[in-house]
Amino acid sequence: MIGETIRLAIQAILRNALRSFLTVLGVVIGVAAVIAMVTIGKGSSDQVTASVASLGTNVLILRPGRAMMGPGLRDDAPAFRLADAEALGGLSVVKAAAPVASSTLTAVYGNANSTTLVTGSDMAYLDVLNWPVVRGRGFTQPEERSGAAVCLIGESVRQKLFGNTDPTGETIRLKSVSCEVVGLLQVKGASTFGQDQDDTVIAPVRMLQRRISGNSDVSSIRLALAPGVTTDRGIREIEALMRERRRIAIGEEDDFSVTDMAEITSMLTGINNVLAGLLSSVAAVSLLVGGIGIMNIMLVSVTERTREIGIRLAVGAQARQVLMQFLIEAVVLSLIGGLIGIVTGLSLAWVAARFMAIPFAPSPAVILLAFVFSAAVGVVFGYFPARAAARLDPIEALRHQ
Amino acid sequence: MDDRPARAPIIELRGIRRLYGAGEAEVRALDGVDLAIRQGEFVAIMGASGSGKSTAMNIIGCLDSPTSGTYRFEGRDVSGLTRDQRALIRRHCLGFVFQGFNLLPRTTALENVELPLIYKGMGRAERAARAAGALAKVGLRGREHHDPSELSGGQQQRVAIARALASDPAVILADEPTGNLDTRRSHEIMDLLARLNREDGITIVMVTHEEDMAAYAGRLVTFIDGRVASDRAMPAREAAT
Repeated sequence: MIGETIRLAIQAILRNALRSFLTVLGVVIGVAAVIAMVTIGKGSSDQVTASVASLGTNVLILRPGRAMMGPGLRDDAPAFRLADAEALGGLSVVKAAAPVASSTLTAVYGNANSTTLVTGSDMAYLDVLNWPVVRGRGFTQPEERSGAAVCLIGESVRQKLFGNTDPTGETIRLKSVSCEVVGLLQVKGASTFGQDQDDTVIAPVRMLQRRISGNSDVSSIRLALAPGVTTDRGIREIEALMRERRRIAIGEEDDFSVTDMAEITSMLTGINNVLAGLLSSVAAVSLLVGGIGIMNIMLVSVTERTREIGIRLAVGAQARQVLMQFLIEAVVLSLIGGLIGIVTGLSLAWVAARFMAIPFAPSPAVILLAFVFSAAVGVVFGYFPARAAARLDPIEALRHQ
Repeated sequence: MDDRPARAPIIELRGIRRLYGAGEAEVRALDGVDLAIRQGEFVAIMGASGSGKSTAMNIIGCLDSPTSGTYRFEGRDVSGLTRDQRALIRRHCLGFVFQGFNLLPRTTALENVELPLIYKGMGRAERAARAAGALAKVGLRGREHHDPSELSGGQQQRVAIARALASDPAVILADEPTGNLDTRRSHEIMDLLARLNREDGITIVMVTHEEDMAAYAGRLVTFIDGRVASDRAMPAREAAT
């Protein structure tokens, strides 16, 4: 009987295919929007989580200048020196401190060239960032101390200069310096902010200072805290040391800042979730509107089919059976809408994931929820019209024109 | 001709009243109707509009309940049954034929005939076989997959009769079955009903305006002002050609 009723419902829906489609459009849009929002939201928070992991735990960035500012907005606070990094590395709360000086340069190999970010640092930098060398080797201590003309390259630079061949042992030119590629870094992917982190060259900091930028500035220091040290305590001790080294009088403000990267990324995740939640609730409203659309059309359908209902009652249908017929029709209708919406939403999310370079992360739970929810929309908004159909008087219904 | 044993009435109305409205606006559609119809009878009901014949048919057909009085169907008092209980009687014991055919549009003849069988909970294959059999019986073999819109009025009424027959009812209630048909088709439909009555022993109660059609019945009941005004046996009709 149920199978029969479902078949009947599908027949009735197909009989008015265009109208049925327009009827369920609201549900389609609602479900598609929810699915797309949740899937994209989950993809981007997955990515944030991944980049938090790539930053390592307890990672801090020390920069000259007061607040955290964008590039080019620093005030006139003096840069750090290599000695600052060494002193910080001596603190018990610090596991590793890596000086960073950087410059955007064109790297040349044969006919190929690539403009890339050249970072001067040391092996502590890779340690802080959890960034292993996958081919070749890292810098030796003598190389770091003497500022030898050696470098490590990221996968994107390798692709541009060397294609798929082995770059180690080759020599690239950075400005006027010929520099031996000693190692290849592991693929890291895009950062939280969408930068390609593999488009980079890393050289010993002294080599960059002496032979490229021609000064002894260190623009920032990356710090990893020792295990078991809280971020608050680490920041307090680092600030105390730096105030002393930079001779800042009591009562004066710091002319440097310490940024906790994990905090920023978790804040980003939070913003992400709030946005996804807001958009989803807008989508939920459109589901509600879709449900009302279904109710409206089912009421029209009941009126149009009054005579049919009369015939069914005359041949022995009970009220419950008429109710079920129209209720199932509404549910089938909104389930079809839900299914189309799920497929549409996933497709949208997939395309968006492509464009935004984030993982495509469909959630089975949310898909199931959308399915159940669209069935529920059918039941809730189909009930009233179905009850109206079931309550018809057979004599009146048969007389209906 | 009547070589069958005397039978108890299958339909028995006693003091049936059906009132609509209340107070000043009260209308007595039926005002004390007594009528007994035995199994195998073919009864024609005539009367002017508003005489109560349609109301009586609705009550006999268990589509409506009397305000007072007793209606026994197959000996069982059905006057106080609920809507759903009456639906069960219609489903299992009654077949309806209407003036306007009342077939489902955009639904094949076979599916139309299957409709009451669906509610009987019959399986698909059995249903199709039964429906095809009923269509063959009314002379529509080969038209199973036609839509009502592809059939003539006479053929549509045959489909409706097949639908009434399909569930194997004890009684067929026909409300002006020839009202929408020309004379020739009307006589064909009446021959068909008379044959079902004669050969299958199905009790037929028919409302009609036309003396010609009433002549097919074995008994004529006339309603005036909500009462039975006359009730007489009809002269045996010459065998239809």
